[in-house]
Amino acid sequence: MMSDAALSRPRLSLDQALMRGGLWLAAGFLAIFLVLPLGALLMRAFETPQGGFAGLANLAAYVTTPALLVAAWNSVWTAALTALIVVPLAFAFAYALTRSCMPTKPLFRAVMMLPLLAPSLLPALALIYLFGNQGMLRGLLMGNSIYGPIGIVVAQVFHCFPSAALILSVALSTADARLYEAAAALKASRARIFRTVTLPGARYGLVSAFVVVFTLVVTDFGIPKVIGGQFPVLATDVYKQVVGLQNFNMGAVVGLVLLLPAVIAYALDRWATRQRAATLSGRAVPLRPAPRRARDLPLLALCLVVAALLVGIVGVAVWGSLIRFWPYNLSLTLDNYDFTRFDAAGWSTVWLSVRMAALVAMIGSVIVFTIAYVLERGRQDGALPGMVRFAASVPLAVPGLVLGLAYVMFFNHPANPLGFLYGTLAILVLNSLVHFYTVCHLTAVTAIRQLDPEFEAVGASMRVPVWVTFWRVTVPICLPAILEIAVYLFVSAMTTVSAVIFLYGPDTKPASIAVVHMDEAGQASAAAAMAVVILGVTTAAKLGQLAVGAVVGRVTQAWRR
Amino acid sequence: MGASASDAAVTEGAPTRAAYLEVRDAGKQFGSFVALQRVNLAVQAGEFVTFLGPSGCGKTTLLRGIAGLDPPTTGRILQGGRDITHLPPSDRDFGIVFQSYALFPNLTVAQNIAYGLRGPAWPKARVKERVNEMLGLVGLAEHAPKYPAQLSGGQQQRVALARALATEPGLLLLDEPLSALDAVVRLHLRQEIRSLQQRLGVTTIMVTHDQEEAMSVSDRIVVMSRGRIEQIGSPAEIYTQPATPFVASFVGHSSRIEAVVDTPPGTVVAQGVRLPATGARLMLYGARVVCFIRPEHVRLHPHDAAPAGALMATVTGLEFLGPVVRLSLEAGPLRLLASIPPADLAALGSLADGKVAVTLPPEHLLVFPDDV
Repeated sequence: MMSDAALSRPRLSLDQALMRGGLWLAAGFLAIFLVLPLGALLMRAFETPQGGFAGLANLAAYVTTPALLVAAWNSVWTAALTALIVVPLAFAFAYALTRSCMPTKPLFRAVMMLPLLAPSLLPALALIYLFGNQGMLRGLLMGNSIYGPIGIVVAQVFHCFPSAALILSVALSTADARLYEAAAALKASRARIFRTVTLPGARYGLVSAFVVVFTLVVTDFGIPKVIGGQFPVLATDVYKQVVGLQNFNMGAVVGLVLLLPAVIAYALDRWATRQRAATLSGRAVPLRPAPRRARDLPLLALCLVVAALLVGIVGVAVWGSLIRFWPYNLSLTLDNYDFTRFDAAGWSTVWLSVRMAALVAMIGSVIVFTIAYVLERGRQDGALPGMVRFAASVPLAVPGLVLGLAYVMFFNHPANPLGFLYGTLAILVLNSLVHFYTVCHLTAVTAIRQLDPEFEAVGASMRVPVWVTFWRVTVPICLPAILEIAVYLFVSAMTTVSAVIFLYGPDTKPASIAVVHMDEAGQASAAAAMAVVILGVTTAAKLGQLAVGAVVGRVTQAWRR
Repeated sequence: MGASASDAAVTEGAPTRAAYLEVRDAGKQFGSFVALQRVNLAVQAGEFVTFLGPSGCGKTTLLRGIAGLDPPTTGRILQGGRDITHLPPSDRDFGIVFQSYALFPNLTVAQNIAYGLRGPAWPKARVKERVNEMLGLVGLAEHAPKYPAQLSGGQQQRVALARALATEPGLLLLDEPLSALDAVVRLHLRQEIRSLQQRLGVTTIMVTHDQEEAMSVSDRIVVMSRGRIEQIGSPAEIYTQPATPFVASFVGHSSRIEAVVDTPPGTVVAQGVRLPATGARLMLYGARVVCFIRPEHVRLHPHDAAPAGALMATVTGLEFLGPVVRLSLEAGPLRLLASIPPADLAALGSLADGKVAVTLPPEHLLVFPDDV
């Protein structure tokens, strides 16, 4: 009886109310710019072109159109083939980086990241220079055309290599040396140790790498657009239905189909991540490889070949962009960089991209970090935190093309009060931000979780408001992670094609779209030049991160030493 | 755990005069798990009270409830006559030191201590003065410009203490403040915390699972188990007059003997062994009881000079612990621990045959009704 009377209802303090308010804002942001657009896409797939309810008619039309089904199958098998090539290659590369004593590892690590800085169109353009109709090495294909599956798979291998190698080098770097000592003490041969210790230790990394590569290939638009020729895949189909045929309903259906493999892959990856977390014991002794020539030299040779190919492909694109008239007049010129000759917009597309990417980076790092903070450090009661956490993880499974299409359908809807955003720079910024949200969110969450969970409690006990603690303690400590997020957003926004191709307006055309257009118009050299400019900007941003990081480190991270 | 026993313990701790901090019927539930069960407690101003218990006993939950970090689901908490049950931490008056210290790693020692000293009440000059005062108090004056990572664990602990006390809170809460330190520093620092507390007269509540730590610094100890308070009392009371079997076995060493009350009054029988026990005098014939006896209360005699009623025991183990020697004994069905000064061991004569005579003083046998 008495305990009923004394049932307490704790009042929210100003701090807690503020955190809760922030979480509601986050939920609102993700609802408007992620959930509602995806909902609009879903509804459109079940509507007739006139807006009536079509039921499953669109789906039925899709399933009975052989050309569309062929595209879906093409997407799946090129993606699987790419993954089967990339994952073993990336595994060997990552193995060399983590488990050997070969020289110049940092250099290989840097070269490995090169494809991430380039738009996916760049390797496709380079391959056309080498193996296209006027390619110098066309004979090597023995009559096959580079335009089609061969070109797609080779370009995707280049494009996906860093993602797979990154995942696998993380998986391989968390080995427990004691397992190896135990195996050696039990007189296991090297091959047996590799089979029974190394591979099982990396198996979830292998699953993750395979899944990530598969998803990247299925959802990539730039490479099949440039080098796919008449070979249809899902990503180009969506584009064709929407831009070519203006059939938004069928576009929505194909978009949903495109979402399917990505969602399955995402679920699989989450499963693998959970398993991996469970296998990692807290007190593992890190493995330090000892030099062994029989292992180190072959691995070094392999890394040299891979690095040469990565640099070579970028090199071909750079070289091609400097050629007067491929392949007949190989004299060098800067004419291809005079973009006004090919596209009325000229260099303004580059400045627009830089402006857009800078806005995404600045606004994005603030939004992402703040949302991660209120989510991690606010009260965890009720359904709201769980919902926001889930919403923040969704963008990883949504291909850029699907998100872009969803934005078209949502923001271009006559009844939407936010319709004024359509065709503006703002919508490009918001779309890119949401598209790349999850990776940044995870980076922020990881950084925040490393802080002592009682910081806010200590602040509250001294009556210091939570925003003071956030500003004086949390942000300064997490500055390196925030910088990392900003640069990741900048590079991604500079290089993305799929996320923005449905959304740019006449005055807001990004450089990556200009590459597609120039390639479509047959101006391959100019397209290559533009891709190289993008690569230059992103490389500068990455180098800038290193420089700024060093300065920021000296000023704000003195306590770490 | 006997409901009657713990209720009795609770009434012992009920407030008699106006207390500085009062916890009334506080309960806390996480889903179906009951972390705190109708806890009642009164702490006088200037008192040093320790919550002692094994992990998961609810001691940290109670502390966090008092701090307002995880408010109790039922009951009330009053501080200085003010009902603070519903107040968020920032509207309460306390300083806290966490197990991890939670020092801000990017702020210097001085900045950490000055962290709560803000607003119109704290002009710059006064902040500086206060920080220097606190640094002097914990003996870290020369470390003011350093970052926490550059300090030893014990020094970090002191910074956390100085930071918690800088705003002159009426209540100091310590959540296992010493458990991250190594043994020698721990001994030294707990005395420092105690003398600091006595000098400042600040009401202090500490949570610990280390009974020696609790004994050495506390005015009173609150022994907790499974979300309940088992006993509240001075260290001596807890040790010599444990209120429940849990307290008897958790605080200090003891041998546990299960027995049944027999005649004449004041006798128990443990697996056929008759033992006189003063504590069983008022208990009903045939009642099942658990008895405890401290190792230092077990009397040993040379086996060829056994007094009347002595048990013959075999020595099964012998540990030399410095000031005492601890012997493991088997006296028929009973297993006993005894500790005696090393000199007395020699007086027992040869232990070559491993035989010794044992008597258990009836007044030292702690007897509790056993209600399984």
